[in-house]
Amino acid sequence: MNKLLLLGDEAIAQGAIDAGLSGIYAYPGTPSTEIPEYVHASKQAKELNVITSWCANEKTAMEAALGMSYAGKRAMVTMKHVGLNVAADGFINASITGANGGLIVVAADDPSMHSSQNEQDSRFYGQFAMIPFFEPANQQEAYDMVHYAFDLSEKYGLPTMIRITTRLAHSRSGVLRKPEVRKQNDLKLPQDLRQFVLLPVIARRNYKKLLSLQDKLEYESEISGYNQYIEGNNHSLGIITCGIAYNYLMENYPNGCPYPVLKIGQHPIPKNMVKKLYDSCNEILVLEDGYPLIENHLKGLLNLVKPVHGRLDGTLPRDGELNPTLVAKALGLPATMGLPVPNMVVPRPPALCKGCPHNDTYLALNEALKDYSKGRVFSDIGCYTLGALPPLESINTCVDMGASITMAKGAADAGLTPAIAVIGDSTFTHSGITGLIDCVVHNSNVKIFILDNFTTAMTGGQPSAAYNRLIDICKGVGVPEEHIRVLKPLPKNHEENVKAIKEELEYNGVSVIIPQRECIVTLNKRMREKFKKQSV
Amino acid sequence: MKKDIILAGVGGQGIISMAAIIGLAALNRGMYLKQSEVHGMSQRGGDVMSNLRISDKPIYSDLIPCGQADLIISLEPMESLRYLPYLNPQGWLITNKAPFINIPNYPDLDSVYKEITKIEKHVLIPADTIAKEIGNDKVVNMIVLGASAPYLGFEKEEIQNAIRQMFKNKGEDALNQNLQAFEMGYNYKAS
Ligand SMILES: Cc1ncc(C[n+]2csc(CCOP(=O)(O)OP(=O)(O)O)c2C)c(N)n1
Ligand code: SF4
Repeated sequence: MNKLLLLGDEAIAQGAIDAGLSGIYAYPGTPSTEIPEYVHASKQAKELNVITSWCANEKTAMEAALGMSYAGKRAMVTMKHVGLNVAADGFINASITGANGGLIVVAADDPSMHSSQNEQDSRFYGQFAMIPFFEPANQQEAYDMVHYAFDLSEKYGLPTMIRITTRLAHSRSGVLRKPEVRKQNDLKLPQDLRQFVLLPVIARRNYKKLLSLQDKLEYESEISGYNQYIEGNNHSLGIITCGIAYNYLMENYPNGCPYPVLKIGQHPIPKNMVKKLYDSCNEILVLEDGYPLIENHLKGLLNLVKPVHGRLDGTLPRDGELNPTLVAKALGLPATMGLPVPNMVVPRPPALCKGCPHNDTYLALNEALKDYSKGRVFSDIGCYTLGALPPLESINTCVDMGASITMAKGAADAGLTPAIAVIGDSTFTHSGITGLIDCVVHNSNVKIFILDNFTTAMTGGQPSAAYNRLIDICKGVGVPEEHIRVLKPLPKNHEENVKAIKEELEYNGVSVIIPQRECIVTLNKRMREKFKKQSV
Repeated sequence: MKKDIILAGVGGQGIISMAAIIGLAALNRGMYLKQSEVHGMSQRGGDVMSNLRISDKPIYSDLIPCGQADLIISLEPMESLRYLPYLNPQGWLITNKAPFINIPNYPDLDSVYKEITKIEKHVLIPADTIAKEIGNDKVVNMIVLGASAPYLGFEKEEIQNAIRQMFKNKGEDALNQNLQAFEMGYNYKAS
């Protein structure tokens, strides 16, 4: 049978379609975005009527997936690691309600922060929720684990999680598909119609059930093919690998590793297998991408017995992504090395595209703020975050989605008035509206710029839930109509835009300024497609 | 056969289609392949790179270990130097000669060329100039691919076939220009 050449993300998507998925819910976020995009573009998924839905944020996506699971069908929700913070309320409580139809949460971590604010490790969320979760080592495992995770989810009536990292998400390799596509589930409500009512009396019962399942889940981990004990001759060292770290180990031992290896791909941690390795080896080395989760468990608080090496004792760096060279050094192998990077090579940071509407907005904002003291522009996450860098240097913060408006409010309360917030249209519907309500309720002196480029540009131009709705939303929330100003950010409108901004800076209250112009990249894409259609 | 290749450039220059074509040629031979890409932030005019690994035997790591790349293929001269720690001492460095200057502190170009020519096995090809001759600035990557072709471990025809497969739905003109670009890159001799 022919292999498909798939990104790790795409392997998960194809795995889900083939495993009888009924719906996938998501808010985009690197490196998870290609999962829902693949399902969305799949002809097979279309023929099977699989629902693919971009949601306002990760929490709404999580809850929609839970609702589909409640109704008995298989659902998947995907997000980047920080998205799981947003979805956490639904995520943790879903482990208490349990699942009905199979439910998989995919969290894509970004060690080394290739495109993220932090490198948090979603496996802690998996442990926190006390649900089974998976760490695929390669694209094939990513594909296979989806089917298995749906089975386990339905067997125990629990959500499951798949945790991947950037390297697997965005690397392509051959994947062998299962010979058969599994049928979707029929609509079927939970047997107990109060299972999902987390009133204390029911929640306590459900929680006890979750606790009582832990031994069984650990047993599943012991017998699962995704946790493998691979014997070796040299017992001076035993090695535990999680997910793709296994590849970096084997890269260094193409003819087989001399030490016993425990390859972990499924949690909860298979305690007996770990114990077997620990008992039979003098020292332990833990290779895991992300935080030292297993290493910490193994060391315990006092690290009393055998030496455990990894990220905590400096054998491996405490932060950043692993790679074969770092693992070679950890094993004491001679690492090959090319020439050093010549000094003249300078960083090339990403920048706004030529003709980007955000650029014109920032130029106008910079000029309007010329007479005010610096450091009052609170911003957010998206292409417009690049406005922090030279030559614009327009913004002073970028923390988490929506934090621009709320931080501006707090700073205004502290006396930094007027405080400015700069937020993208998609970020606004993700997490900005509630902050705007706070500002309106307290009539804070904040000037909120919603940069409406009609798309979610940073992650590749997904549709924006704000499209054509921004003005109505702001009016509906209670922003005075005369202080909702729509601008067209173009060089020729510069003077006019500066004037409008200055007027709002004078006003003591909530203003919303909406610079509206389409992202150049999506505009070009649209034009090309239009041209293609016309020329057919 | 086993080749570890680093493809380098600036976001939007088209390193991914070079990787895809080499990858196709490998798949046509039934080889194993792993190819990592950069998505997200750095696509906006930042530096980008892709690890492409092809082999007769199964491949473990998605990342090439330091000092083990057989080739660095770059669409931009300074970017080719960024990955020198990955190049093995016998490896080839093949790069476009035309700089992509979108930063204020781009280094002196002659010293960039001097660093490149310090690498024993290097090809410095004026792909932008050749693309102008062809009249299509989108084929720069095919020219650089052509210049790399002798060192990839494939027959020339295998790469040409892969290009045909890649462009089969893009129209005759696009296909022919890309094939021509590949040919001119392949035949380029530094004067
Ligand atoms: C909680 C969370 N979810 C997703 C992301 C990934 N992300 C960063 S920016 C962005 C899109 C922003 O779109 P928009 O606000 O419209 O700004 P634009 O990029 O279009 O300028 C996304 C999805 C994130 N950083 N955090
Ligand atoms: S992708 Fe669009 S929004 Fe992002 S920098 Fe380019 S033009 Fe601006």
